[in-house]
Amino acid sequence: MTATARDTVLRRVRDALTLSDGPEVTVPRAYRTGRTLPDEERLALFVDRLVDYRAQVRTCTAGTTAAVLAEVLRAHGARRTGVPPGLDPAWLAGYDGETVTDSADVPAPRLDALDGVVTASAVSCAETGTIFLDGAAADQGRRALTLVPDLHVCVVDLSSVRTGVPEAVAQLTPEHPITLISGPSATSDIELERVEGVHGPRTLVVVIRTDA
Amino acid sequence: MSSPTGPAANGTFLGMPAVPPRSPYGTGHLRGERTFPRAAHDELDNEQLRRNLGKATHSIRAKRLAVTGELPDWEQLRDAGSAIKTDTMNRLPELLEQLERKVTERGGTVHWARDGVEANEIVTRLVRDTGSDEILKVKSMATQEIGLNEHLESQGIAALETDLAELIVQLADDRPSHILVPAIHRNRDEIREIFLRHIPGVDPALDADPARLAAAARTFLREKFMTTKVAVSGANFGIAETGTLAVVESEGNGRMCLTLPQTLITVMGIEKVLPRFEDLEVFLQLLPRSSTGERMNPYTSLWTGVTPGDGPQEFHLVLLDNGRTAALADRIGRAALNCIRCSACLNVCPVYERTGGHAYGSTYPGPIGAVLTPQLAGMHGAKDDPNSSLPYASSLCGACFDACPVKIDIPSLLVELRHQHTEQSGTTAEKLAMKAAATVMKRPGLFTTAQKAAGLGRVLAGRDGTLSRLPPPLNGWSDSRDTPAPPRQSFRSWFASAEGAAAMRAAAAEGARNTDDAPQEDS
Repeated sequence: MTATARDTVLRRVRDALTLSDGPEVTVPRAYRTGRTLPDEERLALFVDRLVDYRAQVRTCTAGTTAAVLAEVLRAHGARRTGVPPGLDPAWLAGYDGETVTDSADVPAPRLDALDGVVTASAVSCAETGTIFLDGAAADQGRRALTLVPDLHVCVVDLSSVRTGVPEAVAQLTPEHPITLISGPSATSDIELERVEGVHGPRTLVVVIRTDA
Repeated sequence: MSSPTGPAANGTFLGMPAVPPRSPYGTGHLRGERTFPRAAHDELDNEQLRRNLGKATHSIRAKRLAVTGELPDWEQLRDAGSAIKTDTMNRLPELLEQLERKVTERGGTVHWARDGVEANEIVTRLVRDTGSDEILKVKSMATQEIGLNEHLESQGIAALETDLAELIVQLADDRPSHILVPAIHRNRDEIREIFLRHIPGVDPALDADPARLAAAARTFLREKFMTTKVAVSGANFGIAETGTLAVVESEGNGRMCLTLPQTLITVMGIEKVLPRFEDLEVFLQLLPRSSTGERMNPYTSLWTGVTPGDGPQEFHLVLLDNGRTAALADRIGRAALNCIRCSACLNVCPVYERTGGHAYGSTYPGPIGAVLTPQLAGMHGAKDDPNSSLPYASSLCGACFDACPVKIDIPSLLVELRHQHTEQSGTTAEKLAMKAAATVMKRPGLFTTAQKAAGLGRVLAGRDGTLSRLPPPLNGWSDSRDTPAPPRQSFRSWFASAEGAAAMRAAAAEGARNTDDAPQEDS
């Protein structure tokens, strides 16, 4: 039997390492980890970064979530709003448009008919203004749901906002489909001029719940 | 293909180690048609290119400095990134096997490709198996390197690039000129023209405003995203510990391709593996800040095999060698495999800034391209191999080393490649010239005669006192630079003349006069 490509490539790698053994290394992890910041500072840093990416930011409390979401959706003229199956129904109690609950069997092109989508989030990173969505979480939904509609309203609990990247990455479940979002879709491909919204949602509204 | 078989699986095998082969000559895009100086000569005439590149490189440079400067632990992150990559290369066999096992456990299928030709064949077969004759592409250096799009086209499969710049390049039947902003050599009016000519059904009233050009691409591609069944991507990282793959991007075309089609095929160079999921905490800081100068890029997708009810239900990972093991076998050159394709070295390079990416002839341009390309494809594939000119496409200023987020010592790698090139090059004009010079310098009489003869060069020089074209074998030198004409008189003959003696006496007298008011260094 002739060698498979797998055998050949692995044999080559081993041969290469026999011919040139690299320096033994232990990885120095002297960079900052395990950082914490008081609530107000974390909030200020996170908001500063979100605004820098031209995301729209609103703050609310657990008690005013429904009112703020209704206001945001109305302000953007969203008449049909998609939600993942596990989103707290109370959040859209004040919304007078049509709420469409997503499921895996809805073909992606149908998502194009939604004006926007409201989801929760798994964890965020203040220092980079990044929101992590966990596709396996019922209140965040499958990846297509937050990708196809042109408006994404994302609810972030301040308690889930970590200071830096290492602290946020540590919260993830690696095997789940995970999407990191830092502002709306953008490109600088034409003469380096920044244009928001190529294929992802052109508008990202982040609603931060300061007491949740 | 994916099941561990044979003695290689447990690391014991018999026989002497063989030097792994480079990427096969004449395949893919790891070699230009002309040497760097010849290609650069023409590119330098392109004013549009130079203006755009100057603006792009300076602007990204400034952004990069701002966002790396704000992290007090930037150097510690670089140290960690460098060590993680070195450790990865040391443990590559076990990490690749672990990655394969994890991806397979999660419902994916892993394929191995010895070179680009084999990878192209695997992808073609996988696409055919789906019954589809069109695919969507996420920008990927690995698939450009192997010429996947061209191969698929020859097999009757249409591959559509979905990154805006790659789409522009593809529609214009052009080549990328920068890793990060591949269409930087085009301006908005040219892009408008390209769209009007090549996008079916585009509004004829389309103007050249970047936002409206981007919107035209959005409309065109959205329908493709919704209907195409297969996508092909590259990968920025593949995590051995969990089988997780990562694609870092800005526009959302990556998310579309990784999410909406039924089948996803990812082509990944074997050097892109990372040991642990935790390692992402380092590279998600190093890559965006070094690449686009952002604190974080707009979108990053992480996926592990197949997730029921979310995303492609069929996932194939093609692990590509194509000369990477040959680079790994080079004690010094292996450091080039640590590259995470951020393009920071391009943006700081005085040579790249002026010539642009096309002059390098390879998918990988700039300083890292000048070391990575010869490592993957070799420098001696044929007589006058264009790749043999790449290690010289540098002033060795060292800016690339300072900018590299994983601390690849590019200048030292370039010097090593120059050394390897001259060692392997047999009898070159340069060697002959050095030998002749040694003979002449050993004999004072002959040296004086030679200097007098060189004085005749003034006759050949133009009024600006330079020689723009030297006769063979020195024409290699004069092709890319002017040579100052030799002086009328050699220093030795001037020193021996009456004029020289008088000048020396005058200088000695002036030196004696100035001693009194010379600065008192000891006080």
